[in-house]
Amino acid sequence: MRADSQSSRVRVESGLGKRRRREIIFRTFGLVATLVGVFFLVAFFATLIANGSSAFVQTFLELDIEYSEEALAPNGEIDLDFADFDGIARAALRKKFPDVTARNERRELNRLISVGAGYQIRDAITNNPELLGSSVAMQVPAAANVDMLLKGNIDRNVPADQRPLSDQQIQWIGQLTADGSLATKFNKALFVNGDSREPELAGIRGALMGSFYMLVITIALAFPIGAAAAIYLEEFAPRNRWADLIEVNINNLAAVPSIVFGLLGLAVFINWIGIPRSAPLVGGLVLSLLTLPVIIIASRAAIKAVPPSIREAAFGLGASKMQVVFHHVLPLAMPGMLTGAIIGMSRALGESAPLLMIGMVAFIVDVPGNFSDPATALPVQIYLWADSPERAFAERTSAAIIVLLGFLLLMNLAAVILRKRVERKW
Amino acid sequence: MKDDVTPTDPVAVQKSAAPANKTVGDVRCANPFMVAENINVFYGDNHAIQDVTLEIAKNEVIALIGPSGCGKSTFLRCLNRMNDSIDSARVTGTITLDGQDIYSKDLDPVALRARVGMVFQKPNPFPKSIYDNVAYGPRIHGLANDRAELDDIVHTSLERAGLLKEVKDRLDEPGTGLSGGQQQRLCIARTIAVNPEVILMDEPCSALDPIATARIEDLMDELSENYAIVIVTHSMQQAARVSRRVAYFHLGHLIEVDDTDKIFTNPQHKLTEDYVTGRIG
Repeated sequence: MRADSQSSRVRVESGLGKRRRREIIFRTFGLVATLVGVFFLVAFFATLIANGSSAFVQTFLELDIEYSEEALAPNGEIDLDFADFDGIARAALRKKFPDVTARNERRELNRLISVGAGYQIRDAITNNPELLGSSVAMQVPAAANVDMLLKGNIDRNVPADQRPLSDQQIQWIGQLTADGSLATKFNKALFVNGDSREPELAGIRGALMGSFYMLVITIALAFPIGAAAAIYLEEFAPRNRWADLIEVNINNLAAVPSIVFGLLGLAVFINWIGIPRSAPLVGGLVLSLLTLPVIIIASRAAIKAVPPSIREAAFGLGASKMQVVFHHVLPLAMPGMLTGAIIGMSRALGESAPLLMIGMVAFIVDVPGNFSDPATALPVQIYLWADSPERAFAERTSAAIIVLLGFLLLMNLAAVILRKRVERKW
Repeated sequence: MKDDVTPTDPVAVQKSAAPANKTVGDVRCANPFMVAENINVFYGDNHAIQDVTLEIAKNEVIALIGPSGCGKSTFLRCLNRMNDSIDSARVTGTITLDGQDIYSKDLDPVALRARVGMVFQKPNPFPKSIYDNVAYGPRIHGLANDRAELDDIVHTSLERAGLLKEVKDRLDEPGTGLSGGQQQRLCIARTIAVNPEVILMDEPCSALDPIATARIEDLMDELSENYAIVIVTHSMQQAARVSRRVAYFHLGHLIEVDDTDKIFTNPQHKLTEDYVTGRIG
């Protein structure tokens, strides 16, 4: 016996080095994998913030606006249809450059002002007609190219025909900068405006509201239906071939490419039921279908995880099936079900493919005010902007992604907090 | 305990080694309260309980013993229809409680379980406060008219389960925070709060240390004044200590039923003898 245990000890010890080496190799692998993941995450966030953070500020041009009667009230009273608001802004800019007289030079100078300047002047005089005849200093948005030049996104050193600004324009911008007429301010337009062809006027408000309306519909439909289905399948449904069939199909649905749900929405909700296309209502319905399997699967797993001893205890006391489910199973399963719901919501918020199918990819300027207004969604807005050629839309694309990620982060945070609250402490 | 029986003993010679269809001893009792007649239980194709007949009297403690998988827990779960929740389980035969067939169509298992309470192997308090644990049964059955009455039920139940002294200052604390033995007494308090007529106990002490076990056994003794108690146990010592009668199960058959003394000192059946002397089990 003694000799035997001696020899097994030798064997164990001789193998130890090999075991330890394997462990070190595996741990190194794990560490490298984690580091690679972290590296890409950091790189992703760094590029996003580097590209997108400049979109949160915007260049404005300070001009002395003359609300002259001649431009605003050519027929004696203010006529908003015929008043030349753009002309007022241009005149104010020309006053800073009195020596610019030639027609094509004037045209080049005019291009430094955004079309938003005219709208701003119109709004000012509409809200306050007493301004008529007076002259007020006002900050109007500069054209996107001015903004891009100042943010360093337009290279001054390339030949003039390869950049959107002429040498003359760059020189004017230099003069304006020197006399303090150009100011950078927080880009409020990005958050209060809908989409626009002009980058300096484009905002995500419309997309944000579209996403909001869709998520309201999704959570209102998908969570109750998903939870009810999960409870029925897990607690009440007979275990037979039909139950198996349903289970397999639900698992399959969770893996169906999302664009297929878009086609279904197009065929059923728009063509058959006749809900207007591009409406958040359709989007919400489609996203509900998309998140239902996720919620059902997560809820079923949460219900399954409730210890059977709790059910038995309640049954043993004479609780009915309903009482067992609603008094004991659901409170214990709720944190898991809520987590599933929020994961589903996050997926719905980030989904764009099915929305392309139901017309939510249209160029929509107005901010939707209800569930049937034409709308788009944040991820679709990102897609639309990413597709635009203007350099200024590139930074807005990144900015919109930052906002989207911010909302996803908020939702996941809400999930954690909600779970902590609902979860029993014992 | 009997350990001096040798195979040459004249009584032992008559004992058959094969499971008999006829139960040895006396399955009948003086004042039967719960009567199981010819009970068969099938789990799918598995014939888990075969033709078991047993009478249980009021105010007695009857212990069901036998090796693992012999069907004693299955039989116990027939008595309050807990097997209903297992889809593949099928029960034939009749069980009456005070003359009423508990498997009849017009008897709601909910009502039955209010009369036949159950304590499980592992303490399983609800993840709620101690108070709510005990109050849950009375609440769902509407046994209390107001808060004061409910308070009274909770206090008496805890008192009778011998737990009141330890927890009366922390009734709003979680029941799962108690020690294992206290949890099991909480479960007993929860069961008697519904005021059942029969209490089924499925190895109630198997997860407890000897001191906690002793307390539960004392409790059973006291409770038997008011309730019929059917206890499944793996411990023959426990069966000997707490029960008046013992039923020995083997492979789905009820082999022998008799007074506790007789089972442990002079078992009639070979299998019973082998089991109580420690040769099988």
